[in-house]
Amino acid sequence: MKLKDLPDENLFVCGHTACPGCGVALSIRNAIRILGKDTSVYVPASCAVVFGSTYPYGAWKVPFFHTAFENTGACLAGMQAAFEKKGKKVTSVGFAGDGGTYDIGIQSMSGAAERNDDIIYICVDNEAYMNTGIQRSGGTPFGAWTTTTPVGSKVQGNRTFKKNLGEIVAAHEIPYYATLSIGHPLDFIKKVEKAKSIKGFRFLHMFTPCVPGWKIDPAKTIAVTKLAVESGMWTLYEVENGVKKVTYKPGKMKRVKDYLMMQGRFRHMSEEDIKTLQGWVCRKWNLHYKEKGAPEICEIELPEEHHAVTEEHREMHGP
Amino acid sequence: MKKVITGDHAVAIGAKLSRVEVVPAYPITPQTLIIEHIADFVNDGEMDAKFLTMESEHSVMSAAAAAEAAGARVFTATSSQGLAFMHEMVYATAPLRLPVVMANANRTLGAPPGIWCEYNDSMGVRDSGWLQVYVEDNQEALDMVIQAYRIAEDKRVLLPVMPCLDGFVLTHTVEPVDIPDQRDVDSFLPPYKPDVILDPARPAMIGTFMPAEYIMEMRRQTAGAVESAKKVVKEINDDFAKRFGRDYGGLIDTYRTDDAEVALVTMGTVTSTSRQIVDELRNEGKKVGIVKLRFFRPFPSEDLRKVLAGMQAVGVVDRSLSFIGGGQAFNEVRSALYGLTIPVIDNLAGLGGRDVTEKQIRKMFELTIRAAKGEKVNAINWHNTRGEVV
Repeated sequence: MKLKDLPDENLFVCGHTACPGCGVALSIRNAIRILGKDTSVYVPASCAVVFGSTYPYGAWKVPFFHTAFENTGACLAGMQAAFEKKGKKVTSVGFAGDGGTYDIGIQSMSGAAERNDDIIYICVDNEAYMNTGIQRSGGTPFGAWTTTTPVGSKVQGNRTFKKNLGEIVAAHEIPYYATLSIGHPLDFIKKVEKAKSIKGFRFLHMFTPCVPGWKIDPAKTIAVTKLAVESGMWTLYEVENGVKKVTYKPGKMKRVKDYLMMQGRFRHMSEEDIKTLQGWVCRKWNLHYKEKGAPEICEIELPEEHHAVTEEHREMHGP
Repeated sequence: MKKVITGDHAVAIGAKLSRVEVVPAYPITPQTLIIEHIADFVNDGEMDAKFLTMESEHSVMSAAAAAEAAGARVFTATSSQGLAFMHEMVYATAPLRLPVVMANANRTLGAPPGIWCEYNDSMGVRDSGWLQVYVEDNQEALDMVIQAYRIAEDKRVLLPVMPCLDGFVLTHTVEPVDIPDQRDVDSFLPPYKPDVILDPARPAMIGTFMPAEYIMEMRRQTAGAVESAKKVVKEINDDFAKRFGRDYGGLIDTYRTDDAEVALVTMGTVTSTSRQIVDELRNEGKKVGIVKLRFFRPFPSEDLRKVLAGMQAVGVVDRSLSFIGGGQAFNEVRSALYGLTIPVIDNLAGLGGRDVTEKQIRKMFELTIRAAKGEKVNAINWHNTRGEVV
């Protein structure tokens, strides 16, 4: 499917109450457009339940089910078992947040993955508990401000690194795991389509900026997503039947500082903390992109001008 | 056909005869035999159901709710800690009007950890909107699984039902059980045909977030459904009795209460032992009887009032404790008799699975008879317990 071939009909329609620039709403809308009408959706407790399904309004034109927070894998398993028993060809799809996947829902997700249930599990990752008002999750990056990792006089921001969920999910030896970005629509379409065509447990991991949680300009959702990929904070790859393949390699690594300066949640970070996070990103970059024999990325001196604040940062916060 | 089987086996056969379509399962003593038997049925091709080995009870009830929402007839079983672990999902099932049937093998909910019969597990979800029926023997266990589906799926009810059976006393004890014929069960229990399900042909949203402007109406609807179950339970009991020859009385059952002056309200297997004592006391010239409290939800307040109004005193047996004094059954029976001047006393016995002996039950009747004579008797009586309550 090419960009122009995307179906016009939205199955997640206008009138939902997501914030302007919401990465989750964008991801849901486009994913469900590609997955099509014969889809049944489970959404655990998250912003998506509130903005897409607050009675008496509903933005879903496909069957929608919600009960609790930690049970996306199990609900999809039960739903799919009923469809199979009834002989219906329906794709069961879940949209869970990072809290609902990395933390409270990991057991239920792992159960469904290990049983290789025939479902599509989508994690919309905005790197914190946004629905409850921006609290740290296992998906929160190092240094980030959240209301439970505040910037204090003694401790500044989150002190741990983002959990490597991809490795955990892929370790279940499932047919398909992929990371996606709404800033890379062609890659996005290809992966959703591929997931739809495969049988068994499929996991789509979507990077979804949160305007209030990240303290970004609502017009910059896509720009932030792109810079996340260009800096190596988010990497685009897939693991199909155990074979890992990078699907997009940025031309030249951008400094993580450029990415951080676009977002209020990182603004407080000390040079030392930025250096620590850059080290983490470099290791990740080498793991994903370094070709055999090529030098490690951290041996490369990154251009000096990137140390300065970016255009975006100036726009938002002044010089 | 008669077979000598455990209570768990009887429950599993009940699920098979009900043509259950999806069974999410997770082991917990003393329920495990149920899901083991069902796994055997499925793998031997005797039962055409999707058997899902979940990774926890929370996931069991999640999968059960979702499968039911997608239109399948669902069965599962749990006990004690497992029921507590799925507590959140138990509360999600009833208001969404998902008629799941789940057997609960009554077992002590720790601390302290124990595996024997106590009702503090299922009593913890008595306010979830589930209907609960406590059975006396293995035959009733099997029959009530079948009846549970008729009750649950009745359009006037549409609520989940929990048949509860005493852990070990029934679950692991063999008794002769008459296994109904599949054709007879099929004509008693038609296939499940829900109106609103998850179906791309007619998309519906089930379980949406709800603001305060609407939740109260939904609560009232659930309450109305529980209330209308009172009538439905009786209708289905009568239909079952007509077809299968076994009449369980409906919400309650009675034994020798017609001319009784004193009655003991019992649940589960304690009822069987009590029947024996009633016969003995009757031989001694004492006018005593039993009211078997079968359904705890809907709570049969009207039926109890009708039977107990003429008594001189009422005793209640509680196998679990509510920390406002006495057990749950005592407090609810007393509420049902509000305004009448009959003394009601509570007997706490068999907590943690301790045997409830004939001697204890005789003592309970004696206390109630003394209360009937106007003697001062404690309202709360702990039986066969070391030490004194301070």
